[in-house]
Amino acid sequence: MIAIIDYGIGNLKSVHNAVRYIAPKIPSEVSSDPDFIKKADKVIFPGQGAMPDCIKELDKRGLRDIVIESAKKKPFLGICLGLQLLFEKSEEGNVDGFGIFEGKIKKFQPQKQERIKIPHMGWNKVQQSKNHPLWKNISSGSSFYFVHSFYAADVKKEYVTGTTDHGGEFTCAIAKDNIFAAQFHPEKSSELGLQLLDNFISWKV
Amino acid sequence: MSVAKRIIPCLDVNDGRVVKGINFIELKDAGDPVEIARSYNEQGADELTFLDITASSDDRGLLFDIIEKVANQIFIPLTVGGGVRNCDDIRNLLNSGADKVGINTSAILNPNFVSESSSRFGSQAIVVAIDAKKVDDHYEVFTHGGRNATGIDAIKWAKKMADFGAGELLITSMDRDGTKTGFDNKLMRSISNTVDIPIIASGGVGTLKHLVDGVKEGLADAVLAASIFHYGEYSILEAKKYMHQHGIEMRL
Repeated sequence: MIAIIDYGIGNLKSVHNAVRYIAPKIPSEVSSDPDFIKKADKVIFPGQGAMPDCIKELDKRGLRDIVIESAKKKPFLGICLGLQLLFEKSEEGNVDGFGIFEGKIKKFQPQKQERIKIPHMGWNKVQQSKNHPLWKNISSGSSFYFVHSFYAADVKKEYVTGTTDHGGEFTCAIAKDNIFAAQFHPEKSSELGLQLLDNFISWKV
Repeated sequence: MSVAKRIIPCLDVNDGRVVKGINFIELKDAGDPVEIARSYNEQGADELTFLDITASSDDRGLLFDIIEKVANQIFIPLTVGGGVRNCDDIRNLLNSGADKVGINTSAILNPNFVSESSSRFGSQAIVVAIDAKKVDDHYEVFTHGGRNATGIDAIKWAKKMADFGAGELLITSMDRDGTKTGFDNKLMRSISNTVDIPIIASGGVGTLKHLVDGVKEGLADAVLAASIFHYGEYSILEAKKYMHQHGIEMRL
């Protein structure tokens, strides 16, 4: 059973569509019910929009504890803001995240040498910093779809699993024990994105 | 290395069927949005845009059906534009499976609609479409397919929409639309240089070189085209390879 955590932010339908497409036989639900999330074998934690709003909505639904608890135990996939929320602090609204990873979420800044657009939107290459079960059948340098204005900075090297270049290299995938989190959107990254989700579904921690 | 430039085919939808963009390939069911979307996805389209041209708002449900069918099977970003009037429209489109919605006339009638919707749904979901036409020595925003002037300066409007929270801008030159003479790259460049958000160039593509020019001269982050892909003149993969050969970063 797979739980996709719903806290009223963003479009979770596409994540659910992709999961159902890959694994039609595995029950999956978009849910804000802590009991259901607790029972699920695997948890997907998506997110879109602004981090302060996300935290507010999570707390409004009393979901903070269950997210943190899930991230401790079961296969856990953070997507986009679901990656950013795992860090200690964010520049966006100057809020605290869950502190599961050391590091800070920072905003992309205009560059002198190379003009970059903010948000970072579109397909960009992901260099794999290390092997991971979720990279199975995906080669380093493959393109994934991104849309974000903030990124994880000062990430401990041991957790950096993928990097991307947008006016400089930044960490776009992290992993630790049962957690994998991506700044890009696998559910919008066509065949290779589906491959990553498929790898998550068959991931045995 | 940096983020790839995007190619976005645009499909017109009427009463639940794709009505433009159906001649480009041997399709079993030429108007079937899923089949068309799948074909474009296989050719390497970076995103898909559906423009709803349904005249009667009673038939809106058919559009949601289309989006739902496509989103269940094709996993690239989907933008839907046409007749988006309020937050309920946006909510319904996103719930059907759209990732972004295009707002045009409603933004002109009420600019706060853009700030309201981007704070509610996230700016990544809000594309503001601007139809511009050259008037004397400047560009002006037009509505109703270029028939109605608004008196609004297009460059200033673009800046304002970015400040109001648009995630990207879709800029169509009404002078070039349908002419196959290339994008209005002066217009594109002026806007791209004014805002930090990505811009999508639209209107006037007739050759692959026009796509290259849109990126190199117009400084567009993405190029939107309809007829050159719909009628099979070029495949998306051909276009991407051509752009790549001309030094543009593409997802191949």
